[in-house]
Amino acid sequence: MIEVRDLEVGFGTGNDLIRAVRGVSFRVGEGESFALVGESGSGKSTVLRAISGLNPDWSGAIAVAGEPQGPRRSRAFHKHLQMVFQDPYGSLHPRHTVDRILAEPVAIHRLGEADRRIERALADVGLGQGFRYRYPHQLSGGQRQRVAIARALILEPRVLLLDEPTSALDVSVQAEILNLLRRLRAERGLTFLLVTHNLAVVNQMCERLAVMKGGEIVEEMTAGDLREGRTRHPYTAQLLRASRGYSRAAAAAVLDA
Amino acid sequence: MTATPLLEVEDLRVRFHTDSRTVEAVRGISFALGREKLGIVGESGSGKSQTGRAILRLTPPSAEVTARRLAFDGIDLLAATPRAMRRIRGARISMVMQDPKFSLNPVMTVGEQIAEAHRVHRRAGRREAREKALEMLDAVRIRDPRRVYDLYPHEVSGGMGQRVMIAMMLVPDPDLLIADEPTSALDVTVQMQVLAILDDLVSRRGMGLIFISHDLDLVASFCDRVLVMYGGQIVETCRGGALHEASHPYTRGLLAALPQVDRPPRDLPVIARDPAWLLPLPPEGRP
Repeated sequence: MIEVRDLEVGFGTGNDLIRAVRGVSFRVGEGESFALVGESGSGKSTVLRAISGLNPDWSGAIAVAGEPQGPRRSRAFHKHLQMVFQDPYGSLHPRHTVDRILAEPVAIHRLGEADRRIERALADVGLGQGFRYRYPHQLSGGQRQRVAIARALILEPRVLLLDEPTSALDVSVQAEILNLLRRLRAERGLTFLLVTHNLAVVNQMCERLAVMKGGEIVEEMTAGDLREGRTRHPYTAQLLRASRGYSRAAAAAVLDA
Repeated sequence: MTATPLLEVEDLRVRFHTDSRTVEAVRGISFALGREKLGIVGESGSGKSQTGRAILRLTPPSAEVTARRLAFDGIDLLAATPRAMRRIRGARISMVMQDPKFSLNPVMTVGEQIAEAHRVHRRAGRREAREKALEMLDAVRIRDPRRVYDLYPHEVSGGMGQRVMIAMMLVPDPDLLIADEPTSALDVTVQMQVLAILDDLVSRRGMGLIFISHDLDLVASFCDRVLVMYGGQIVETCRGGALHEASHPYTRGLLAALPQVDRPPRDLPVIARDPAWLLPLPPEGRP
């Protein structure tokens, strides 16, 4: 469904060139859920932005649903591929009602039947019709993220790109959103590409993952390998140990790295 | 616990009054702190951050703070004059906030900021303050203190910025450090380093630490004791290592809602909130 080959993304020019993504390749099958894992500056979000078309300056090859992609994306592309961002506070227009937020993609893609689609999208993400004419500031963080997911799903896409979709949420709300995403994926056969720093979330949501560091993929593995602690790269082992909480040994391992 | 705790909190309440209503953010909590690592966990709105601020009297003017007793090293913090509070803040109790970007002065080098903290609180000369600042940068494991001393906040990474903040807060050698989500904005590997520094300071200097966080696993593994807050009250107190044996349904619900890295995925149980959890708890002795 998604195929990325030798992707390079740089920022700046000449001596100031920063190679944020260095020769990254991976593929995600139809209906599969794949994670890009890494810390700040690893390039994971930059890969996602290049795929989504938010960052037009890249080289290499990106294909989505078998279609090779250039720097600009067609409207049809966005009908099939939608993105959910980390911060629901920042990704919803503060002066638009939920109704208007959801009506916009329907209008852009000239799908018609906006009313029925909005009703259905709200129901799909577990929000009652009472939320339809509220503004984002009248919603909790979890409700806002549900609206952001509804906005992505209203176009009935086949691929969802998820950029840290729950890292701004409380634990109990995170559980609700992860459950919702899992259910929607199972019901609709969606393909997920998830970017996160949280290995537990990866295990919960994905079948395979790639670990990124310094713009490169250092290791690709299955969620089963992750659960069993079968890491090959020392950096992955370090991330895994750190994700299990604080210990002198985990801290010492970092210092030595 | 020792005979005289470093900090005594009894029936602490923080209320916010607006024109139309009163919101009680902290509803009568009591605890005592020795020279230990005490974790306060809870979700947004649980009152954990307001508790930390109330101890330092950093709540906004619209807030009303009351307590039967709020004492630091025997000093009544509620009766202290603003002048007396200024002598306590920074010098004896200091606070590290979540994001170094908003806590550091953007037009002053990080080294000067640390040196200034030392000069102000310890009435030291410039040269001595500089030496002390370099020493602190080294103590928070910054590799090249002399180079970093002359950097401005925008020139350092988030992890380094947070270590600079910690260095600044620790240079006056406080007795108590309140850290509000000090590592939440950091990468896990940097987080480990920062925690190791705090851990050393508690065990070596005998400092008391209040570690406020939403991250149960982290707090359970790092702190000696954990207070779980819900709706402005402490619903449960347990030993750090024993958080997984917690008995309150809210704590159990939070633990169950965490995805795990080493178990097959399953639908995460969602917390069924019982309105009874919000009822005032019976007054009890110190945990």
